[in-house]
Amino acid sequence: MSAAEHLPAAEPEEPRGNYLNASYGVRSWLLTRDHKRIALLYLASVTFFFFIGGLFALLIRLELLTPAGDMVQAETYNKFFTIHGIVMVFFFLIPSIPAVLGNFLIPMMIGAKDLAFPRLNLLSWYVYMLGGLFTIWAIVHGGVDTGWTFYTPYSTLSSNSHVIPAALGIFITGFSSILTGLNFIVTIHKMRAPGLTWFRLPLFVWSHYATSLIFVLGTPVIAITLLMVAVERVLHVGLFDPALGGDPILFQHLFWFYSHPAVYIMILPAMGVISEIVPTFCRKHPFGYRFIAYASVAIAVLGFLVWGHHMFVSGQSVYAGLVFSILSFLVAIPSAIKVFNWTATMHRGSISWRAPMLYAIGFIGLFTIGGLTGLFLATLGVDVHVHDTYFIIAHFHYIMVGGAVMGYLGGIHYWWPKISGKLYPEVLARFAALIVFIGFNLTFFPQFILGYLGMPRRYHSYPPEFQVLNVFSTAGASILGVGYVLPLVYLVWSMRYGRNATANPWGATGLEWKTTSPPPPENFEVTPVVDEEPYSYGAPEEAQAIG
Amino acid sequence: MHTDLPLFPARASTMAGQVDALFFYLLAVSSFFSVLIAVLVVFFAIRYRRRSENEVPPRIEGSVVLEIVWTVIPLGIALSFFFWGAKIYVAMNQPPRDALQVYVVGKQWMWKIQHADGQREINELHVPVNRPVQLTMTSEDVIHDFFVPAFRIKKDVLPGRYETLWFEATRPGRYHLFCSQYCGTNHSRMTGWVDVLEPREYQAWLSGGASAESLASTGAKLFAQHACNTCHRPDSLARGPNLEGLFGRPVRLSNGQTATADDAYIRESIVNPAAKLVEGYQPIMPTYQGLISEEGILQLVAYIKSLAKPSPAGIEMLPPTNLSPASPGAAPPPPGPTPGPAPRGASEKGAA
Amino acid sequence: MADARQAAAPRALPAGLQHQFESLDQQGDAASFGMWVFLLTEILFFGGLFCAYTIYRWSYAAGFAEASRDMNIVAGTANTAILICSSLTMALAVFSAAKGRRRALLGFLAATIGFGLAFLGVKAYEYTEHIRHHLLPGAGFRYPGPEARPAEIFFSLYFTMTGLHALHMIIGIGILSTLFVMAWRGRFRPEYYNPVEISGLYWHFVDIVWIFLFPLLYLIGRHLK
Repeated sequence: MSAAEHLPAAEPEEPRGNYLNASYGVRSWLLTRDHKRIALLYLASVTFFFFIGGLFALLIRLELLTPAGDMVQAETYNKFFTIHGIVMVFFFLIPSIPAVLGNFLIPMMIGAKDLAFPRLNLLSWYVYMLGGLFTIWAIVHGGVDTGWTFYTPYSTLSSNSHVIPAALGIFITGFSSILTGLNFIVTIHKMRAPGLTWFRLPLFVWSHYATSLIFVLGTPVIAITLLMVAVERVLHVGLFDPALGGDPILFQHLFWFYSHPAVYIMILPAMGVISEIVPTFCRKHPFGYRFIAYASVAIAVLGFLVWGHHMFVSGQSVYAGLVFSILSFLVAIPSAIKVFNWTATMHRGSISWRAPMLYAIGFIGLFTIGGLTGLFLATLGVDVHVHDTYFIIAHFHYIMVGGAVMGYLGGIHYWWPKISGKLYPEVLARFAALIVFIGFNLTFFPQFILGYLGMPRRYHSYPPEFQVLNVFSTAGASILGVGYVLPLVYLVWSMRYGRNATANPWGATGLEWKTTSPPPPENFEVTPVVDEEPYSYGAPEEAQAIG
Repeated sequence: MHTDLPLFPARASTMAGQVDALFFYLLAVSSFFSVLIAVLVVFFAIRYRRRSENEVPPRIEGSVVLEIVWTVIPLGIALSFFFWGAKIYVAMNQPPRDALQVYVVGKQWMWKIQHADGQREINELHVPVNRPVQLTMTSEDVIHDFFVPAFRIKKDVLPGRYETLWFEATRPGRYHLFCSQYCGTNHSRMTGWVDVLEPREYQAWLSGGASAESLASTGAKLFAQHACNTCHRPDSLARGPNLEGLFGRPVRLSNGQTATADDAYIRESIVNPAAKLVEGYQPIMPTYQGLISEEGILQLVAYIKSLAKPSPAGIEMLPPTNLSPASPGAAPPPPGPTPGPAPRGASEKGAA
Repeated sequence: MADARQAAAPRALPAGLQHQFESLDQQGDAASFGMWVFLLTEILFFGGLFCAYTIYRWSYAAGFAEASRDMNIVAGTANTAILICSSLTMALAVFSAAKGRRRALLGFLAATIGFGLAFLGVKAYEYTEHIRHHLLPGAGFRYPGPEARPAEIFFSLYFTMTGLHALHMIIGIGILSTLFVMAWRGRFRPEYYNPVEISGLYWHFVDIVWIFLFPLLYLIGRHLK
């Protein structure tokens, strides 16, 4: 992209303000409408929730070190995995990449001064924090033990934990997702710089556009579902409780209508990050740009049609099972297309082994395994056996931790110079990436075997023959924990002691690299005009197509 | 610490071999693609690593042919998974007609099992080898799930409905039974064992128990006890439909629709009689919800089922559905724990 | 290459233009589009309830029909008429804003607010009547006959759906009151009346939800015996 390479900021007349030092004080942060500052507010809060969720993960793994449930009571253990699930899904994974990186980058990537609705953007952070407070209140006052899935009638009839505050927390946070998605959609439609046509958009923007569609169309359904759970719990009417005439399967349909697309909310933005990192560190145009872009939208759309594959053994009809199974295979295809295209992008590239690229390579490997094991679950006959076992746990952690968290960390490292204006320590970062990769595989690969052996999920105690694999898994979790604390430490360190970053330390294309690091409050000195195709790496005269 | 490291579950039902075959096919395809991607990524990363900062790689934008290839081939492979998986799934949902009937009630946090011959067990299920067994399952409270890994079968057990599950064990032994749908505090203790017995041992087990009455005859007593027979009777004084020969037949309803008189229909008619009113009758039957336990309803269902058989001698003479009447006296104590309602352990109370 | 379309030098922003937009047109476009996307969200939000309603009506046709006869058809019809009128006055308010007729705008906004309040008043009366007849689900629910349970489901859906709708009405009235104050202060001009326009979209949407609720809850079961 050609945008203003002779930005006045390149030769500063005087040290001018960037978004970090444009104003000072708590108020200037808490009342900011700058998308970059709001992104940092989100960064701090999702990091907090990530470590809360991680702490509970560690407690779960410690309990599972031995077959007998001997560290905590069963009830406590059930609260641990519920809190781990709720916090990680609703307060970390869903907002992580969109609300932090998406918020920070989308306006810059499309050459805008801000999102279309800056006040809504700030409101969404407050709404998110309010939802988080409700959830934390529920945790502190004794927790909730329904599992993050809130299956009825257990959640409405049987559980005597703090279901309503927890559900209310998720309900409220849902509106923050809706506001973010709405803002992104409008911004991407209406605020693109002159010349920036749809097919000149970075793939990161495409994947966030697809994600936003899910935010806007899926989130209200989970909100209304949780509202109905609350109504049933308060009034004891039979919306979902069969003893009162309700239908518990209806809850599962409504719940998964959102919560399956929610999985794509978590992975699509990570795919967008990878689609940025791979071209940059290979110095190559992404292979099959349009196919990657279309695949994002295809995933978002098809993702709405596959929820029933969570219910193959729940008592829905065999015919419904057949339909949902075949649709689930269809949604796997666009993901496969992306993996092939990323791999092909590396072919004949000039590949730099910087930390973000290591995360991207890790992502491709782990996401491939996660995606392929998803096929086992879409296959009706096999899903019956592995459903609700550790096979599922392993599968979705490969997608969400191996995929989404790797993508998130890769993205944070990649854009750290832009966000903070500082370089992170490269050697440490590569080391951390390696630790995360090893720890992750040691934690979750044994769980595939455990699952096929038949160890059910959410078990506080388990038969002793499963112990060795569980010990591997717990050992891996402790390594993974170290891998996650390391970046926290050195990134915070680098904010003060890191070397100053130039505007474009990676030699990347994309409008966000055309402005200073950190960017000025209005992102660009002049509104950029785009007259080139995206990812214009390499000499255009050498352009060639194979096949 | 236990040092066994099992890597593959026991295979003890007719279904297990089929599921495993498909699993290995999936595993082979997945391993191929995982290794392919991993090798390519690592190879490219090394082969094309950046050697100088000024390198300018060629500009390659893509290839429609390749895109089509790697769309169509995975799609074809995925469809093969689908059809094979669907075939197994459909078979899993079609119990053979001659299956041995067993009734399961799940509650927090135990499995209560009744056999057609009247044996009752808790967290134990004794079945003969090489005979199809059909489970009719319901829950008293929340959703549970009946899962036997060695058989590769699983089904949610819902309150207010009957779900069925069937298997044919192929190898005698003792296999884990798990509840695999999270159901509350002691979910992980809602486990038990499935004992697969040789036919002779199974006979011995059947006749070794204390219970003499078949499920249908217990149901008949319950039927009389609740005075159901004052209305449901074959003669002209009947104010409710005659139940003889009813089971499995289509029933014309007062709203003009037709229902099949299966387990679920009978259960609904006991719990919520107004829901599907038979044509020509008044909605005078009160609900029995809460008055009869889920186990009791299952006994009534078994009784009404037994009336379907054209057996003039009535219920008491109903031949047991299993192989042949046990030879009395020739019963060495079965290897498993004693059957009967005596709980095996303190599993009801949970703890630890 | 980089030709600066607009100098970054402090420019005089037209009144009402926010800094992130290039022009009032772009700002208006974005706001209307944003409202449409928001309404899409709202459709899905009510959609979950309509889905639950459909399923239970299908399972308990008789009970739902019987319970719907406990609805006050006169009040429901009156409310429908009130809302349709309010949509008309809202549309006229938008029209007046576009033409720059401040007094007409103020009048129509006031009328719309009035109709909204009238709707809520009738709804409040209906709720009181239901509660007096023990039709509020929960411990106090009394319903004679065998259809008590389906009727309770019907009434919990009724209260949830109409309650949520009423909440939207209350929010709508709040928005219109803000518009009224802004119009009073003369903030709208024919070039800038976008807030009135998108609030109108919202108001019409809330009306349309009622147009679906009214037949489903009041009318559909009435003729069934």
